[in-house]
Amino acid sequence: MMAGIRLIEVKEEILSDNTKTAGQIRERLRAANTLLLNLMSSPGSGKTSLLLRTIEGLKGSLRLGVIEADIDSVVDAEKVAARGIPAVQLRTGGFCHLDAAMVTRGIDALDIDKLDLVVIENVGNLVCPAEFDTGAHRNVMILSVPEGDDKPLKYPLMFSVCDLLLVNKIDFLSLSDFNMALLRERVLALNPRIKILEISCKTGAGIEDWIAWLKGEAAGFNV
Amino acid sequence: MHELPITESILKIVLKHAEANGVRKVKTVHLKIGRLSDLEDEWIQRYFNYLSKGTLAEGAKIGIERTPIVMRCNGCSGSYEWELAKMDDVICPACGGKGGTLLSGREYTIKEMEVE
Ligand SMILES: Nc1nc2c(ncn2[C@@H]2O[C@H](COP(=O)(O)OP(=O)(O)OP(=O)(O)O)[C@@H](O)[C@H]2O)c(=O)[nH]1
Ligand SMILES: [Mg+2]
Ligand SMILES: [Zn+2]
Repeated sequence: MMAGIRLIEVKEEILSDNTKTAGQIRERLRAANTLLLNLMSSPGSGKTSLLLRTIEGLKGSLRLGVIEADIDSVVDAEKVAARGIPAVQLRTGGFCHLDAAMVTRGIDALDIDKLDLVVIENVGNLVCPAEFDTGAHRNVMILSVPEGDDKPLKYPLMFSVCDLLLVNKIDFLSLSDFNMALLRERVLALNPRIKILEISCKTGAGIEDWIAWLKGEAAGFNV
Repeated sequence: MHELPITESILKIVLKHAEANGVRKVKTVHLKIGRLSDLEDEWIQRYFNYLSKGTLAEGAKIGIERTPIVMRCNGCSGSYEWELAKMDDVICPACGGKGGTLLSGREYTIKEMEVE
C-alpha cells in the first residue's frame, strides 16, 4: 500500500534560535549599560591593531572589555590582556564565524557591570560573520586599502549590515590604485545609512575620529 | 562556508515539526533562501544526509527556492528587484536614483515539508 504524502507548513526561520539568543544578549547588556560592538573584517585588515589603538584612545574614559574569536590561537587575546584590559578568548573550533551562543559564553566570563563597552573581534572573514547576529548593538567592519575598492561588489551582505566602515591602512593609498571616492559611492549605494571613516592604525591618522564615534555611541546608549 | 551550522538548525526544526505531527518519514524539505546568501545547495544536502542518519528525516531531499534581492529606492521609494552580480551599482529603474535600502534577499526560512 502506498502511504499518503502530506504537506506540513513549517514557516520557521532557520536561524530563529540564534536570533532569540542574540536578542537576549542585547537586552542583558542594555540593562547593564554596556554597549556591545561586533568588529568584522578579512584576516589581517587590522582588527587587533585597531583594538590596541582603541585601548590607548579610551584610557581614562570608557571602560573597555574584549571578546576575541580565533580559529585556534590565543595570540590576539594575549596582546589585549597584556595592556590590562579584560579579554576573553573564544575558541571557535574551526568555525568560520561567532554565533550568539558563543558570544554569551564570552559575556559570562566578563564582569559586564564594570564595563561601558565590549568589543568582539570576530573571525577574519567577510562572508559568514555577516549572516549571524552576535547580539551586538553596533556592527563595525574594517576594509584595508590593500584589499581593494571592489570588495562591496564581492561581499554585499557584510557592507549592508554594518553601521560603520573603517577604511584602514590609508598610509598605503599613495602606493595603490585604490579609489576612495568610488569605494564610498559603492558602499553608500548598498547601505545609505553607513558611516565611513578613513584611518591608519600605523600612523594614527583618523584614530581620533573613531574614538569620537565610539564615545558618541556609548553616550547615546547611556541616556 | 557555514553550511554545517545552518544544516544543523534545519534538521532540528524539521525533527521538531515531524514529531509534533506524528510523521513516519520526512520526504522533502522546502527552503526559501535569499539570493544574497552564498550557501551552496549541494553542501546543504550532503551535510543533511550525514546529520540525519538514523532520524525520521534520513534520506529526505532538500529543495531550495532562491528569493530575489529587492531594493527600495532612496529617491522615489519605489521597490525593484536587483541582481547579486550588480550590487556595486544599484540604480532605480523607475527614476534612475542611485542606491537603495535592502528590503529582502537575506531570507533563511523553512517553508514546508512533504511527509508520510
Ligand atoms: N601599513 C599599515 N599596516 C597596518 C595597519 N593596520 C594594521 N597593519 C598591519 O597589518 C597586519 C595585520 O594586522 P592585525 O591587526 O593583526 O589584523 P587582524 O585583522 O587582527 O588579523 P587577524 O586577527 O589575523 O584576522 C599587522 O602586521 C599590522 O601591523 C595600517 O594602518 N597600516
Ligand atoms: Mg586579530
Ligand atoms: Zn527611484
